[in-house]
Amino acid sequence: MENAYRIQLLSIVAGVLLLVYLIRLIIQGRLRIEYAFVWFSFTLMSLVFFIWREELNVVAGWVGILYPPTFVFIIAIFAMLIHLLHLSVVISKLCAQNRILAQEIALIKNKPGGYSGRER
Amino acid sequence: MSKIAAIVPAYNEEAAIANVVLGIRQVARDHQLPIDVIVVNDGSSDKTAEIVSSLDCVMLDLPIRLGIGGAVQTGYKYAYHNGYDIALQVDGDGQHLPTEVPKLLDALIGYDVVIGSRFLGTTGYQSTPLRRVGIRFFQLIHKVMRLDITDSTSGFRALTRRALAVVIRDYPDDYPEPESVVIYLLNHLKMREISVVMRERQGGVSSIGPVASLFYLFKVTLAILCTFFRLRDKCPWKPIP
Repeated sequence: MENAYRIQLLSIVAGVLLLVYLIRLIIQGRLRIEYAFVWFSFTLMSLVFFIWREELNVVAGWVGILYPPTFVFIIAIFAMLIHLLHLSVVISKLCAQNRILAQEIALIKNKPGGYSGRER
Repeated sequence: MSKIAAIVPAYNEEAAIANVVLGIRQVARDHQLPIDVIVVNDGSSDKTAEIVSSLDCVMLDLPIRLGIGGAVQTGYKYAYHNGYDIALQVDGDGQHLPTEVPKLLDALIGYDVVIGSRFLGTTGYQSTPLRRVGIRFFQLIHKVMRLDITDSTSGFRALTRRALAVVIRDYPDDYPEPESVVIYLLNHLKMREISVVMRERQGGVSSIGPVASLFYLFKVTLAILCTFFRLRDKCPWKPIP
């Protein structure tokens, strides 16, 4: 088999495996669907370009990139940065909510008849 | 007579906390002030919680460590929702002298916030050289906002109920004092500083190490600017005359 086809086959297998793993995570309830959506789009998009490699050349040509892999890297890195930023926003929101919850617990613990456990 | 809550945030202060609580109660007795002491245990891992629960005071026991800002705000929420008219903030490490409390309370008449400053007078403990550099820097930033605060890192404060209504909604996380001054300003709270004497901490370790200081300086500066721009639209900025 030609080398170029071997790497294509490998990429497709990797893509499909990732897709299967994602579906498993969702079914098991370990990944919320709204976050899974981003990963699905990533994986499906990569799969499309793994299968139709010529289209990648065409799309790269449209935006004026002569070496198609560069196009893939730019898109991938940019998408990852945006996704990381989104995760930071999610964490910040969780921090704020966490603080409110901890404060409420401290205040409730203090009330007569309120929860009085010290479970750590 | 107005009800007063003395909020004492404490993180691993087993060495100093008992004396702080007893000191405040002593002053309350001596001056016949209706002060309730409210210790906020910020998820301490030492004996702070045990010691505090054996004392005659309210303990708010946070299940996780929130940092000084989150702890103090817990106390403010308690004071506000339990109908206190005035909230004092006194550090749990013994830096703030309970005997200065009546001074803060007297100065609160006609104001919403009173801050006890080490630098208006020049007696007592003046902080470490490194920290003084930071304090100078914040003085400068506050000057830009036409705010004359000499000791914006001081956590020795008295707040009226009007100020409490603001801080239960909006109070910064860690190293909150310089930023909270900006929050007071933009919510049109009337504040003033008075000269107080402070001691060196009476036990435990500072929550900020020397390396972290630089990071905090940067972070707090950024936070002050963000707060300024976030609140500026909501409440039009009027420099204090």
